[in-house]
Amino acid sequence: MNSGKSILEVKNLQVKRGGVSVLDIPYLGVPEGKVLCLIGPNGAGKSSLLLALSCLLKSFQGEIIFRGRRVGSNHTVFDYRRNLAMVFQEPLLFDTTVFENVAAGLKIRGMRQDQITLLVEEYLERFGISHLVARSAKKLSGGEAQRTSLARAFAIRPQIIFLDEPFSFLDPPTRESLMGDLELILRETRTTGIMATHDQMEALRLSDQIAVMNEGKIVQIGSPVEVMNHPVDEFVASFVGTETILTGKIIRRNAGTFSVSVAGRDIEAVGDASPGESVILCIRPENVTVSTGSSKEITSARNVFSSVVKRIIPSGAFYKIELDCGFPLVTYVTNHAREDLSMHEGMDLTASFKATAIHVIRKKLLPSPEE
Amino acid sequence: MDIIIEGIKQAFILLFTLDPEVIGITWLSLKVSGIATFISLLIGVSVGTLVALTQFPGRRIVVSLINTGMGLPPVVVGLFVTVFLWRNGPLGFLEILYTPTAIIIAQAVIATPIVMGISLAAIQQLPANLRLQILALGATRLQMVWILVKEARLPLLAAIMAGFGGVISEVGASIMVGGNIKGYTRVLTTATVMETGKGNFDIAMALGIILLLLAFFINAVLTQIQQRERPR
Repeated sequence: MNSGKSILEVKNLQVKRGGVSVLDIPYLGVPEGKVLCLIGPNGAGKSSLLLALSCLLKSFQGEIIFRGRRVGSNHTVFDYRRNLAMVFQEPLLFDTTVFENVAAGLKIRGMRQDQITLLVEEYLERFGISHLVARSAKKLSGGEAQRTSLARAFAIRPQIIFLDEPFSFLDPPTRESLMGDLELILRETRTTGIMATHDQMEALRLSDQIAVMNEGKIVQIGSPVEVMNHPVDEFVASFVGTETILTGKIIRRNAGTFSVSVAGRDIEAVGDASPGESVILCIRPENVTVSTGSSKEITSARNVFSSVVKRIIPSGAFYKIELDCGFPLVTYVTNHAREDLSMHEGMDLTASFKATAIHVIRKKLLPSPEE
Repeated sequence: MDIIIEGIKQAFILLFTLDPEVIGITWLSLKVSGIATFISLLIGVSVGTLVALTQFPGRRIVVSLINTGMGLPPVVVGLFVTVFLWRNGPLGFLEILYTPTAIIIAQAVIATPIVMGISLAAIQQLPANLRLQILALGATRLQMVWILVKEARLPLLAAIMAGFGGVISEVGASIMVGGNIKGYTRVLTTATVMETGKGNFDIAMALGIILLLLAFFINAVLTQIQQRERPR
C-alpha cells in the first residue's frame, strides 16, 4: 500500500509513560493526499500517535520525517507545525465570535485582514455556517461548534490535517452530514488526513488506508477492504467485526432496489445510489441463512446463492461458517442447526439474505484506482 | 440614633461640598490602591500563568504557598514591610518608610498573591487540550500564552476586583508603613480609624460611605465589563 510518495513518515517511534510503553511504531508512512484512519479501542494509542505525529506530545523518541526532511530542532518543530491543523473531539473554540474563531490560525500567521476575511468567508461557506459568522462560539450547538472547529482547521490550508475522533460527541444525523462535508473537502483540497476513530463505518467511508491499533502498536495497515476482509489476527477480526464486507459497482436500478455486481454475481440491495457508483456492502452474519439442497425453497430473500462451505469455526455457542459464493460470505449457525444439516467443509449450501439486510456504504467520491 | 443620622447628614455635606481634605484623601486612596493593584496584576498574572502552564518539582508546594498568600493578614505584611524599610533595615537606604510609595509596596504585597492565585486557577481551568489546539494552529509559545490569558479574561477580571477590593479596604499595613500623615499618607481607611478614635463619627462616617461607594463603583464597572452581553 505504498502508493504515492509519503508526505509524512515516522521511524522507531517510542512513547513511554511511567516506564510503560504506550506507543511503539517501527514505521509508518502516510501517502500524500490520502486519508489514513487509525482505528482501535480506547487506550490503543490513537490520540497519542496523532499528538506525536504533530509534535505536540511532550516527550517521545523517534524520527518524524515531513516531506523527506527530519523534524528536529525546536525551530523546525515550529515550522513543521505551521503545515498542520488539528481537530479534537471537543471543538475547543475560543470565547469569541465564529468569525474570529475561524480566523484564529490566520491571525496567528500575521495574515492581512482583507485576506483573512476572504478565507474565513470561504471556509464558513464550505462548512455551511456562513449564517453563524457573528454568533458567539459559546452559543453554538454541538454540530455547529464542530463545523466551526473544522473550518478553523481548514482555513489555514494545512498540508496535513489531524482529526481526533471529531464526530464522537455528535448525534447520528449531525455526524452523518458533517462527515459528508468533511469527505468532500478532504477530496477537493486533496489534503492529507489522519483521523482517529473507533467507528469502523466512519473509517470505511473516509479512508484510503486503515491502520488498526492495539496496545500502542499498529497491528494491521491496509486498504479498508483488505483490513475488513482479511484481518491479520483475532484482535483485528474481533474489532472490525466478522461482517462480510464486499465492494462492487452498481449496475442497474430496479424498483426500490439496485443491483450490485460483486465478483461477477449480482446482489440486490436497498438504498439511494445510482448506476456506476462504487459501493461497499456490509452483511452481518446473523442476517445470512443457509439451507441444504435446492435453492428453490420458498424464501422472501432477494439474494439466494449456491455456495460451498469453506471453513467451520467453533465460536462459543455458535459456529462461524465461512462460505464461498463466488464472493466470501460469513454466517453463524447454532450447534443444533449444524448437526441437523450435517454440515461439513466442502459441502454445498444455499445461502440467502434479504436486500434490506445489507448495509450500503456509498463511495462515489472515491474513484479508487485499485479497484 | 441621632448620632447616625447626624453622621450621614454630615457625610453628604462633606461629599457635596467637595471638602478639599476629603477629596485629597480619596484621590490618594485611589491612586495608591490603583497602582498597587496594577503592580500586582503584572506580577500576579504572569507568575500565576507561568505556574499554571509548567510542571516542575515542588510545584504543589508553590501552589499552596500562593493560595496561603491569598489570605495574608495585612498587619503582618505591614510589619514586614516596615522592618525592611526601617532606617537600619535591608532597604532602609531607600528612605521611603512613611511615604505613599511604602503603602503602594505593602498593598502590592497583599494584592499580588490574590491576583496570582486567581490567575493560576483561571488558566488551569481551561481545557487541557486547548493549549495543544492553539499550538496546532501554529502559535508561538508567547502567542499561546496571550490567547490563553484572553480566554481566561473573565476570571482575571475577578482577580482585579478581588485584588483592588482587598487593598482599598485594608487598614493595618497602610497605617503601619504610611503613618497616617495628614495630607501625605492619609488614606480613607486610616483616616476613618483615626476620626473614629477621636469620636468624630460624622467625618468617619463620611469617609466610610466614600469608601463603600468607591468599592461599589469600581466593582460595578468591572462587573459590567465582565457580564457584558457578548456578541450574538
